[in-house]
Amino acid sequence: MEAFLQHLLNGLLLGGTYALLGIGLTLIFGLRNVVYFAHGEFYTLGAYLTFAAASLLRVNFVLAIAVAILGGSLLGALCERVLLRPLRGESIDTTMLVMIGLWIATQNGELLAWGGVAKSIPHPFPTAPIVIGPVSVAPLRLFVLAAVLVLIAGSHVLIHRTRLGVAMRATFQDRETAALMGIDVGGIHTLTFAFGSGLAAAAGALLGPIFLVYPSMGDLAALKAFSVVILGGLGNFAGATLGGVILGIAEELGAGYVSSGYRDAVGFVIIILVLLVRPSGLFARAGRVG
Amino acid sequence: MRRWVLTWIAPTSLALVIVSAGVAQQDPIKIGVIAPLSGPVAASGNYVRMGAEIARDWINARGGVHGRRVALLVEDNKSDPKEAAGAAEKLIARGQVPVLMGAWGSSMTLAAMPKLEEYGVPMVVETSSAASITKRGNPWVFRISPPSEMEALGLEKYLGALGIRQADFMAVNTDWGRGAVTAFGDMLRRHNAGIGAVEFMDQAATDMNAQLTKIRSAGGDTLFLTTSVEQITLVLKQAQELRVARRIITTGGSSSPSQLVKQAGAAAEDSYHIVFFMPWFPEAMPDPNLAKAFVDEWTRRGNPFEGLTEGFRGHDGIATIAEAIRIASRAEPQAIREALWKVSLMGLNGPIKFEKDGPAGRESGQSRPSIFLVQIKGGKAALPAFLRK
Repeated sequence: MEAFLQHLLNGLLLGGTYALLGIGLTLIFGLRNVVYFAHGEFYTLGAYLTFAAASLLRVNFVLAIAVAILGGSLLGALCERVLLRPLRGESIDTTMLVMIGLWIATQNGELLAWGGVAKSIPHPFPTAPIVIGPVSVAPLRLFVLAAVLVLIAGSHVLIHRTRLGVAMRATFQDRETAALMGIDVGGIHTLTFAFGSGLAAAAGALLGPIFLVYPSMGDLAALKAFSVVILGGLGNFAGATLGGVILGIAEELGAGYVSSGYRDAVGFVIIILVLLVRPSGLFARAGRVG
Repeated sequence: MRRWVLTWIAPTSLALVIVSAGVAQQDPIKIGVIAPLSGPVAASGNYVRMGAEIARDWINARGGVHGRRVALLVEDNKSDPKEAAGAAEKLIARGQVPVLMGAWGSSMTLAAMPKLEEYGVPMVVETSSAASITKRGNPWVFRISPPSEMEALGLEKYLGALGIRQADFMAVNTDWGRGAVTAFGDMLRRHNAGIGAVEFMDQAATDMNAQLTKIRSAGGDTLFLTTSVEQITLVLKQAQELRVARRIITTGGSSSPSQLVKQAGAAAEDSYHIVFFMPWFPEAMPDPNLAKAFVDEWTRRGNPFEGLTEGFRGHDGIATIAEAIRIASRAEPQAIREALWKVSLMGLNGPIKFEKDGPAGRESGQSRPSIFLVQIKGGKAALPAFLRK
């Protein structure tokens, strides 16, 4: 029981960050139907920006994370304007190839800029764990969980409670009609990319200090993000949130009670099952995304 | 006419002869190096490269081998076995190297090995620990690093002092990790120690909480940890977060205690590490002068100190190859292979000399490296209390 509670807590902490990665990707997916292979690179970018700010410029830790999120958003917007906007109307294969190119170029750029040796981001939290009954957790992980919750709640409010969110959802549903209603569809696209990339950068900035920072770290993250999106359904905000948490807990329990060698397999078995039973994702409503 | 010949053609052709002779003399001996320069274990691969470069420069400063300079052709295997086979092929077929050193990880080395047989080119294995490397009957393989079995035997003499009653294992899910679990498990069973949880992790995994939670419930007194320094850092930090109170012993010699102190901080305190080079106390190495000179040169080049426990492998590998070429008197694969059997050399780790290993008639070469145990105490690598005089 003691181990079960610890596994559950571990899974929740992990799932929160998967959710953050999934939300960013699902928004972009839902909006553009772009297979956004470069998503993982914004995760890596977030981690490196935090490292640069916190370790090299000695900026305050929380401020460094904010810098990373801002940097990720700006570059996400830039990527939309420079790479994707000129490709609007091109076939999905063309955009996919451009995204793969961006993925390879950024990863090798990071290798060139930072070298292959893993970096460790300093943080101000004590390393001794907080012990609550049978479970223990590092203060840094609690901070990350809190930050993830704030970001998810913030994203929810933005998408469901603001005029901008209404405009975004309208554009997701029907681009032409939204444009006819006077929505600046181009601007919404840029903002959505900025927002989605910013969330990926946030995940990298938050997980970087827990783990290590190295150029290929985004590959695994991108894989998880795609899994979450498939689980939750394309373009589905709540689906991505729940999908992330489910994937995190499933991996953790799978590793804990089946075999740690099959940790990632557990997640993929669930995805295969979901695709067999509910091909458009666990939480998808029929005909929602065009 | 005659005068014209003398003034123009003669000096020109003479100059050409001199130039071409000079080129022939300076045409360097190429040594292929396969190392993980990117990917999850990139740090280690780059340190091996730095060590190899020091060996190259030292050899060239002494006038090269039989008057020819030594040049390294380094190929990145991206920490990926598939890439390792491609790298070997590229170096041999396109680079025309007569001998290779590589490929750090056991899975990468095993993947590159069929190419050695295909093209008939010998390779000095500088890091890999999986037993199968020298057991497969590949006569082109010469290993200077210890297989996990030798490492386990090296630790055996300290078992009494360590007092291990029940051990748990955590290892990277590769040939190296799985081989280490078997080797150390067998050795411990011979001494009637219990084996608790055996957990594996993917090479790129970052969250090891599930495995550590299981190990915490298994209740052993010692955790054997076999993986790269990056993952050791993460495991040590996460073990501290989860209060996994264990004696931790890392195997494989790639733990880089100095890097752990830097990146894992207090979480690394008291952990034990099997290493094959001790840059903190070069005077305790088999050839103290060589060790001191290497540490000094490494530091002078601005290479990170924490890379020394890995970088020495590159030096010893290249030194072994250069010695074999010297004995062979020519840089041809078959001749180098035969000469490798005659190499007897003092490396940074200790004496290097190959013995036959594997199926009769197709033996690989295996040296008997020295094995050391250090402990992190007060943020520094030190000899464990029971080894201090």
